[in-house]
This record gives sequence, C-alpha cells and structure tokens, in this order.
Amino acid sequence: MNNDTIRKTLIVAISLCLVCSALISFSAVELRDLQEANKTLDKQTKILSAAGLLVDDKEVSSLFNSIEIKIVNLETGLFDSSISIEDFDESSFSRNPNTSIELNSVTDIALLKRRENFQSIYLHYDNEDLNAIILPVRGYGLWGTMKGYLALESDLQTIIGLEFFDHKETPGLGGEIVNPRWKAIWKGKEVYSDTGDVVISVIKGSVDKRNEKAKYQVDGLSGATITSNGVTNLLSFWLGEMGYGPLIKQIRSMESVDV
Amino acid sequence: MSKAKQVLLNPIFNDNPIALQILGICSALAVTGTLYITLIMCVALTAVVTLSNFFVSLIRNHIPTNIRIIVQISIIATLVMLVDEVLQAYDYESSKTLSVFVGLIVTNCIVMGRAEAFAMKNGPIMSAIDGFGNGLGYSIILIVIAVIREFVGAGTFYGIEIMSLTTNGGWYLANNFFLTPASSFFIIGFTIWALRQWKTDQIEEPEFKISKNSLEAKETSV
Repeated sequence: MNNDTIRKTLIVAISLCLVCSALISFSAVELRDLQEANKTLDKQTKILSAAGLLVDDKEVSSLFNSIEIKIVNLETGLFDSSISIEDFDESSFSRNPNTSIELNSVTDIALLKRRENFQSIYLHYDNEDLNAIILPVRGYGLWGTMKGYLALESDLQTIIGLEFFDHKETPGLGGEIVNPRWKAIWKGKEVYSDTGDVVISVIKGSVDKRNEKAKYQVDGLSGATITSNGVTNLLSFWLGEMGYGPLIKQIRSMESVDV
Repeated sequence: MSKAKQVLLNPIFNDNPIALQILGICSALAVTGTLYITLIMCVALTAVVTLSNFFVSLIRNHIPTNIRIIVQISIIATLVMLVDEVLQAYDYESSKTLSVFVGLIVTNCIVMGRAEAFAMKNGPIMSAIDGFGNGLGYSIILIVIAVIREFVGAGTFYGIEIMSLTTNGGWYLANNFFLTPASSFFIIGFTIWALRQWKTDQIEEPEFKISKNSLEAKETSV
C-alpha cells in the first residue's frame, strides 16, 4: 500500500496522536500522587529548614506537625479563616485582580508587579509559646523571581534563617544564596531599627563587626551585586507596610494586651 | 567485529555525535555545571534516543514521507514528556534544575538526527542499539566536560570536596568562569582536538586553501 495517499497520512497521524496522548495521560495520572507528595515534602523541608527545625534523623512530615498554618489578610494584618488553606494558591491569587493589588513604581521595590491580598504563614509553637514565625517572601533577582521563606523569632525582630526554594540566579555567583555558609550568616541578624524601619540589608563586601549597624547587615555575595540587592529589596518589601508590616503590628499589639 | 557491536561502539570514539558530528552542543553547554545533573541528563537522553530510534524504526514502513519529521517529533516529544514525568516523581530535586533542559531533548539534534539518518532505514533492534551507542557517545563527552567544570569551578568531584574553597574557609579560589556555560566551548574544542590527535582519520580536509597566487603575492610584497 502506498504510504503517501491522503487516507494513509491521516490514519497514521491520527492514530499516532491517540497513542501518544493516551501514554502521556496515563503516566500523568499514575504519577500525580508521587509528584504532589514530592512538592509538599520539598515545601515542608524548606519551611522547617528556614526555622532551623530540620533534624536529620526525623521524618519531615512528622516534624511539620508542630507547625500551624494560618491565612493572613495582608491589608489588615489579621488572620482570615474564611479562606481554607487548601484553597489558597499564591500564584493564582496574585494574578486575580479581585484578590490582589497592583503595585506602583514607589511601592514595588521587589519588582513583583502585583501583590496578593492574602498569604499563608507558618507558626511554630514550643509548649504554647510562639517560637518562630515563617513568612513566604519573593522578589526579582538578576534572572528571575527568587522565592523563599524568612523565619523570625517570636520577638519578630531577630532572624532565624532565610531559605530560598526557587531561583534562577547564576550558579556559583548569585546561586550562592542557597550556600549553607552564607545562609548561616543570617541567623541572629535584626530586621527593624529602633524607629521601626526595615533596615536589614545585604551590603557590598563583608560586614565590619565593630560597626554599630553590623547587626542589620549581611555580607554581600561577590560577583552578584544585583542578586544581593534583590535579596535586600525583597526583604524591605515583605517586612514593610505593603508586606507583613500590618501583621507584625497586630501580633505585637496582641502580645502587649496579654502582658 | 559484528555489525551490532560496530553500531554500538562506533559512536563512542570513531563517530562521536558531539566530537565528530558536532550535534547536541547546546545541552553540552547547559547542563554540565555539576556531574550529578549531567549524569541524570545523560541517562534521560540515552533513554529517549534509544526508545525513539526503536519506535520510529518499528513504524518506518508506514510513515508517509511528507509528514515523517512530524511523526518523529511526536514520538520523541512523547518520550521526553514521559521522562520528565518520571523524573518529577522519583527525583524531584534534580527535576527542578533539569526540567527545562529535559524538555529541550526534543530539539536535541542527536535524537532527530539518529531517527532520520538511521532508524528510518534499519530494523528496530539495530536502531535501538544505534540509539544507545549514540547516547553513550554523548554521555562520555558530557561527563568529561562536567568533571573538568565541576573540579575547576567548584573544587568538587560529584559533590565531594577535593579542594576546599576560600568561600568555605579553604585555600582554593574557585574559577567562576568554569561555572558559566561558555567554558564548555573551550573544553569541547580541546576534547575534539585531543580525539583527532588520537584518531587522525577524523581530521577534516580544510574547506578553503589559500591560493598559490596570494601566497606568492605576499612574498613579493615583502
């Protein structure tokens, strides 16, 4: 039979498409559970790691049981239980005009374009006392958006850790934002000045320990000035008024009532 | 040497897809920063090129000539998507870094080249062997590049520290150039040179020669 008739061409094309799509659908459905589990595990690992709660010989999912997830309204800084944690999806919320706001050139220091009105935050309690608060942060670096988690101590001032789980920075230069040695510098640094401004920054070169501002400064990554500035900007944005500023005020006022 | 053995071993040194056919350079630049990622990529590509050769060859007598490239690409793309799905399910960490490049196996010239040049004319088993051989040839060059780049660029071999870096308090100041894809061009170039010093029959005739007259003209002017 001649292969080049229109009939044969159509038969081959259609049957090939059917077989290929069946194979892809089958594998996608079969492997979906494993893939979802991997994604969740990866996210939980990064959250725990930011808060310094990752223990080698313990399973991540059981460690994660001690973490409480809350949805927070970023406008008011109040917890919002009307949105369930399962329904919250950062990327779709930040694109939808009903659940996000457009940022202007003054407020958009982390180059996000839009900011969602809600965010999911993570709280870790140690015997009823708030031990750590873990906040998702993101901002533009050199090549793309850097996404990570910032963990603060219960004073909402001292950093426990900063962990990036997704970035496109140059390996060896900007990519060093995930270097354990660099990440370790963040521990103990403070974010707000006495007047309440966000002052934490990644500086150029290394920090002079004698400087009184040293506790607000982190060594820059050599050869990666734009990435370093990106990290400073994303922290300024998310800890500021447009980010978690209102939430932090709310928690502080709640604590002062308790006392 | 039996034909099967020849088909399998030839692409490794005698007819290497990267060093002699100069195919698949793009991924040789992109994924050779660390050895582990490179190994995953090599396994993925070898699997895709072996299977795509097999399936293309299986239906080669039924492929209409005017849509043959589309048919080949559909088969390759299906296999690539399968590899990506499997990677996301079983090795999530490397799938995060590799995902873009695994997708680009579709456009890898080696896979298309072998399907069109070999699988369309030979039986399924022989085609699969040819695909596997070419996968090995590709892997060998990539592994060489990755070992050099990782060692000079980060002082490690397969993630194990060999030379302690200054950033970790050691003595070795990493050569960041080797972490950028451009360094692969140099390494590939030197690899090709080394291979052709060893296998001199691979040296190509120069396409152009300086004509006799221009040489003479130069001499007289001097």
